[in-house]
Amino acid sequence: MLSLGTILLILLVLMVLSALWAVMATDLLRSTIALALTSVFLAIAIYMMGAPLAAVFELSVCAGLITVVFISAISMIKPEGNTRKEDLARKRRKRLKKYIPLPILLAVAGVLLWLNRVDLPFTPDADVFPLTLSEIMWDVRRVDIAGQAVMILVGVFGIVVLFKEFVRRGKGGEE
Amino acid sequence: MENLFWFLTSFVALLFIIGLYALLATRNLLRILIGMEILTKGVTLLLIAAGFLAGRQNAMQPIVITMIVVEVVIIAVAAGIVIASYRNNKTISVRALRNLKG
Amino acid sequence: MITLYIALPLAVVLLLNLSPRRTANALSLWCGLVLTVFAGAYTLAMPHVPGLADAFDPANRVLQWKIEAGNLAGVMFLSIALVVFSAFWVGRYLIADSNRRFIFNNLLLLCMTGMNGIVLSNDLFTLYVFLEVVAASSFILIALERTNAGLEGAFKYVLLSAVATVLVLSSMALIFVLVGSLDYGTVKAVLTSGQLDAATSRFVTFAIGLFVVGLFIKGGMVPFHGWLPDAYSSAPTASSVLLGGIVTKAAGVFTLIQLAQNVFGWDKPSPVLLAVGTLSIAVGAFAALGQRNFKRMLAYSSISQIGYIIIGLGAANEVAVVGAILHLFNHSTFKTLLFVNSAAVEKQAGTVDMDKLGGLANKMPVTGFTSVLAMLSTAGVPPLSGFWSKLLIVLGVWLSGAHAVAVTAILLSVVTLAYFLSMQRRVFFGRLAPGLEGVKEAGGWLLVPEIVLAVITLGLGLTMPWFFNTFLVPLRSLWSL
Repeated sequence: MLSLGTILLILLVLMVLSALWAVMATDLLRSTIALALTSVFLAIAIYMMGAPLAAVFELSVCAGLITVVFISAISMIKPEGNTRKEDLARKRRKRLKKYIPLPILLAVAGVLLWLNRVDLPFTPDADVFPLTLSEIMWDVRRVDIAGQAVMILVGVFGIVVLFKEFVRRGKGGEE
Repeated sequence: MENLFWFLTSFVALLFIIGLYALLATRNLLRILIGMEILTKGVTLLLIAAGFLAGRQNAMQPIVITMIVVEVVIIAVAAGIVIASYRNNKTISVRALRNLKG
Repeated sequence: MITLYIALPLAVVLLLNLSPRRTANALSLWCGLVLTVFAGAYTLAMPHVPGLADAFDPANRVLQWKIEAGNLAGVMFLSIALVVFSAFWVGRYLIADSNRRFIFNNLLLLCMTGMNGIVLSNDLFTLYVFLEVVAASSFILIALERTNAGLEGAFKYVLLSAVATVLVLSSMALIFVLVGSLDYGTVKAVLTSGQLDAATSRFVTFAIGLFVVGLFIKGGMVPFHGWLPDAYSSAPTASSVLLGGIVTKAAGVFTLIQLAQNVFGWDKPSPVLLAVGTLSIAVGAFAALGQRNFKRMLAYSSISQIGYIIIGLGAANEVAVVGAILHLFNHSTFKTLLFVNSAAVEKQAGTVDMDKLGGLANKMPVTGFTSVLAMLSTAGVPPLSGFWSKLLIVLGVWLSGAHAVAVTAILLSVVTLAYFLSMQRRVFFGRLAPGLEGVKEAGGWLLVPEIVLAVITLGLGLTMPWFFNTFLVPLRSLWSL
């Protein structure tokens, strides 16, 4: 059996790698998929750390809904410039040049972090927490639920304001 | 894993580096949103790690759930701004949005 | 009934959107105006210690929300109600399309809910949720007309706000590891217990530092102020009234005051706050001198004035903090007044470029007069309200021993006067600019907020000696030294 630490290590390394892919991929669609993959690994890690409900939300909302938002945004945007093969290759080389410092930076940062480990200066008091999840959610955090409702309303108005006319114009063809 | 705190925050730090690099290096508005998303992933991991270390995942879960919902709305609004800008300028380069000065 | 500050605007928005669209379009303005007047009147009638009234709050007994309001909250509720009230009139005046105006009115109400939530929250995470509500509604308000400038301003705000959010949430995670809770009271008890060893104190300082930098970004303080002039000046003017009048103050400055007092337990003068405040005053004032765009100049002036609030907070004695809170209120009245005036100028003269304006005082007597009033108050000329708050701040800063900061603040006040005089000369006084012969005074929709705000600026200044006992002395209890 693998220990919790080993599983977390594997998951988090995979997560960082897919985040790196999301940033470095040439194609926006692939970036989005890599981002969703990052969310999936993160969700499993969250589950392993004893937060199954949050993991479900991470999986459904971040890996699901946000990917939908991104893909619909990408589909509304036509690819820029021509897509000839040599152009594509040149573009890819240019991107590689711009992003090659990032993995190097990450490796250096990783090594530095590994060498200069800092412990928490205190021991968190990990007593048995008296309240259950539903008590916290619906009693302690009741205002947050109201805040969420307000936030979702704001989001609805945002979509009405920012997306609406595009749909109308789309029906009438170009311009 | 004797120092779980440092182990987890190291990964958060790596995610922050990726996210910030993405914000600074790109000229594509949608890629900026991807950078923002990666920063948010880092924060989610940090919050869950905090709940795990403090032994109070029950108290942390509702927080993370609310945060995820709130961030979705922010990303949706931001994507709306990008789309509206694309409609005006037919490009998603940052250059279209770089005229205010002074 | 402090629950109503969140529940009522939310209920109004829901009802408006459920009712038939045509009725709702017509109703939204009046609902909003009645609501803001009610909020203002209710705040004024509220007993001095609303926390006590909380126990008898029937609405809260049903909803069981864990919120609370201290003495400072009253000032904030009043400012919020006043600015949102003005923004409704300006929106009615400037936004022609009735559907868009309906959306604008709804977003104003949601933003108001968010700001009231910021004031009422007593948990760091609840604070974050409402901060994001305010931020998201501000993005949409800035981008409302989907002009390129508006979208650019909004996108910059989105970006900086995302960074601020990351900082604030990381700080919360670190605090949570130590404390195991994010409740203001519990966190303060641990942070100020005095039993933390040196390493833990460094950890706490780091966490608080992240939080404060996040709030600096939200409040547009100087090293992080880049987004603010763009967002303010590119937004539709009706939205600028709200943003310039209250949003950064509720999201950045008020939150900082609230947390310094209720969570971090700061009771010593803070060199960082004094330095950031002084820098904000200086950079904002000198940048304002060089502006051509009326709204952009007002935005830089906001940065500068918020600097005064921050040095007041940094001095951390009761005189300075009371001054800072008073300045918070004053600034939201006179800056809103100036933005309303800019709305009048924009609508009547068709531009806010100060090089193309001039001599409007004769054509627009009310707007001209009220803007002189607001500008003198901003510059701290007696007996207007801005004079008293600046006096208290400078006095408090001097008492705290930061003499250099106090002197700099006074000197930079002269720069404030200079850029406003230059603005007055270029917009309202002097020869009438060509092409502006047909300009008339703005319509009644704008004169109402102009006159209300001007009366408050003048009246508060003249009656300040009376307010010292009824308004400021209760506030002193906030800050026990």
